[in-house]
Amino acid sequence: MRGHLIRSLCVGLPAVFLGVFFVFPVVSILGLGLSSGGLEHLTGLPGSDTFRGVAWFTLWQAVVSTVLTVVVALPAAHLTARRKFRGRRLVRALTTVPFVLPTVVVGGAFLALFERLGLDSGPVTLTHTVWAVLVAHVFFNVAVVVRTVGSFWEGMDPGVEEQARMLGASPLRAFAMVTLPRLWPAIASAASIVFLFCLTSFGVILLLGGPGIATLETEIWRHAVWRGDFRAATALAVVQLVAVIAVVAVGNRLQRRRAVGLRTVVARTPVAGRWELAANLGLLGLVMGLPVVVLVERSFHSGGGYSLANYRALAVRVDLLPLTALEALVNSLVFAMVAVALAVTVGGLASLVVVHGPRALSRVFDLGLMLPLGASAVTLGFGMLIALDEPPLDLRSSRWLVPVAHALIGVPFVMRSLVPTLRSIDRRLREAAAVLGAPPAVVRRWIDFPLAVRALSVGAGFAFAVSLGEFGATSFLPRQPDRMTAPLVLFRLLGTPGQQLRGQAMALAVVLMVLTGLSVLAIETRRGSVGGDL
Amino acid sequence: MGRWGVTSEMLRVEGLRVVLGEVVVLDGLDLEVAEGEIVVLLGPSGCGKSTLLRTIVGLERPSGGRVVWSGEDLTSTAPHQRDFGLVFQDHALFPHMNVASNVAFGLRVAGLAVAGREARVAEVLDLVGLEGFGGRSVDTLSGGEAQRVALARSLAPGPRLLMLDEPLGSLDRVLRDRLVEDLGVLLGGIGQASIYVTHDHDEAFALADRIAIMGEGRIRRIGTVAEVWSDPVSSYVARCLGHENLVELDRSGGCALGRLGDGPGTVLLRPGQVVLSQGPDGIEATVVGSLFRSDRFSLRVAVGDMEVLIPAAEAVPNGSGVRLSVGPDAVIPLTV
Repeated sequence: MRGHLIRSLCVGLPAVFLGVFFVFPVVSILGLGLSSGGLEHLTGLPGSDTFRGVAWFTLWQAVVSTVLTVVVALPAAHLTARRKFRGRRLVRALTTVPFVLPTVVVGGAFLALFERLGLDSGPVTLTHTVWAVLVAHVFFNVAVVVRTVGSFWEGMDPGVEEQARMLGASPLRAFAMVTLPRLWPAIASAASIVFLFCLTSFGVILLLGGPGIATLETEIWRHAVWRGDFRAATALAVVQLVAVIAVVAVGNRLQRRRAVGLRTVVARTPVAGRWELAANLGLLGLVMGLPVVVLVERSFHSGGGYSLANYRALAVRVDLLPLTALEALVNSLVFAMVAVALAVTVGGLASLVVVHGPRALSRVFDLGLMLPLGASAVTLGFGMLIALDEPPLDLRSSRWLVPVAHALIGVPFVMRSLVPTLRSIDRRLREAAAVLGAPPAVVRRWIDFPLAVRALSVGAGFAFAVSLGEFGATSFLPRQPDRMTAPLVLFRLLGTPGQQLRGQAMALAVVLMVLTGLSVLAIETRRGSVGGDL
Repeated sequence: MGRWGVTSEMLRVEGLRVVLGEVVVLDGLDLEVAEGEIVVLLGPSGCGKSTLLRTIVGLERPSGGRVVWSGEDLTSTAPHQRDFGLVFQDHALFPHMNVASNVAFGLRVAGLAVAGREARVAEVLDLVGLEGFGGRSVDTLSGGEAQRVALARSLAPGPRLLMLDEPLGSLDRVLRDRLVEDLGVLLGGIGQASIYVTHDHDEAFALADRIAIMGEGRIRRIGTVAEVWSDPVSSYVARCLGHENLVELDRSGGCALGRLGDGPGTVLLRPGQVVLSQGPDGIEATVVGSLFRSDRFSLRVAVGDMEVLIPAAEAVPNGSGVRLSVGPDAVIPLTV
């Protein structure tokens, strides 16, 4: 009886959560988009020059961003996977940070960088160009490739390359003929994730691309939030949804192939050469370090000198905003804590179903709860906006809609960390416990649970960081003015001219960056032998 | 009379049949283990020894047959209710617990109070020679220590039957020899009924009260070491036990060593019964190899179209001619 109750809870809670807050909104978008009025709009799209321009730009910027990211990331993946050097762990941890940095912070950092280098106007202008967008996408996604490819690379037996060398292949030939083909599935899988992120990029495009550059994502936002034209927004959202589903399907296929033939070896790692190290770290430093350094420098700069004035200003309300930046930060922290609690509960239960549940259900949960990560934040926010506005689900005025949206994005992180760990808990450990007299419930409590808690905390850390910086979905959700989150405030500050506000924006960006960075660094030190896919 | 002779059998496995996927791993297997007895299961890798243990503890479900403990049918009892112990080959120590918590696991599950638990943990750690190891983390243990912790963990709750699945398989030879001896003394000392699985006949001889040779999903021969060694019955069993001089006879029962039987078939030459002849007479043979084995030499000699191994006091150069004599009861007939 009790077992039955627990099982129902494991399946029911995540299913209801996903159903109400994700499936229902997405279905609402589809419903509205495919209704008679919506369909008219949708069929009109292919003939529209504006739409064709936006769609084409969305696609090619994603392709170019992905290729650039892989090119920059591969040497770094090699370095962290195959070479020993002082600070290897630190470099690995630091390359993870950009991935969870709030988009608005990254946007702010690049704006600061361009300003500092005089690239914001004049003969060479980067601000509000596609180049700014591409560079920022590389900054964001290098970590994904370094992580995915790096950990795969580390697990590959170097003996095979050594054998190729013995047989007379030069290092380059050995890489091209032996290493690259084996690495390919990992690269393809990482690239498909990066492509998805770039395709659905939002905050970066708004801030760095400026008014002249539009993707599907920003167009949906402009139509829905600025013009209040839900029909036009819905048509675009349907297109976006179909594109995302296609990319996820392809990526999933690649992912499955990646799992084949992976075995963990304790590889002999040679010490990195000085030039190799310098070149790699130099490149990473240029792309990833410089914007951050300039951001920090600018945050202390005010009135011609360096001081804490910008930070002190965070506690002062400016006319532009209904609350102080500090109050917004507190809101963000509270929302993040609620979001993490939700994500851990839902993701934890769902992981149990994925690992221990019946096959069919396990697959549905595995895929279903990953979807919010793939679906763009804008789809998520826009879907909630149009779906949850009528009784009995009129949640628009609820202050908890924001953490719920954040939790939806956090659940995949919890599960990606927890599921592989639960799966890898040795079957023999459970058998050993059973033979020693432990009934199944005790095995779960004393073996599975303690081993899972570490993985759960890794996922929770990511969910926390993601919630702190979430901008896309939040920007859609109706809000009471006093419940604005820090990223929304930052966006407003960055979008408004004036040195005073700019300085305050930089200070707020630094605070957000430190908070998210700390939660990821905390994860890195706790990771140890567990960690799943993240 | 052996210990098992006076008491009734405790474990009885009847007609056990286990199919894994498409493969019939156990096919009508019968086995009995008496109180306090150590039965060693010997057989090549993949003959189903581990599957038998896993089925006895309840981790595999048989598609036929029964597992009975002193009259009580356990075939459909869950593993955690059988009160058996199993030591895994790769130890399967719980990585998130220290040595003491690993050993205490079974006691905790049984609901023993902390004080009793601590006393028992200290007692079994002492028994396996690891006193003072309780606070150690399991990833700091050497292979031999981990093996002892696994043994202590299985012994702690006092299982009515202990099974050990090639527990020394991953250790090096020297350590193995020492631990086998310790293990024999320990299990015999506490009168622990045990089934011990190995593919190493020396390990089997060192431990077994009775030795059971497995093949084709069944027990092919079971008995004391002396019984089985001196009469293996089949050539399969003879090879499993490490017998080397198996001889094919022709239709009239002859071979290069002379007439050894009444008809065609395989016979076994009793070790030490074919020796170097002291006098000038004997069967002519040529030395093709010498190998040193811990305390003595073995010569591989060619006689006609066959080769046999004979004991020798010293190495003899390859190609030397020697003469052999065959003792009066050298021949053990084999049926299959």
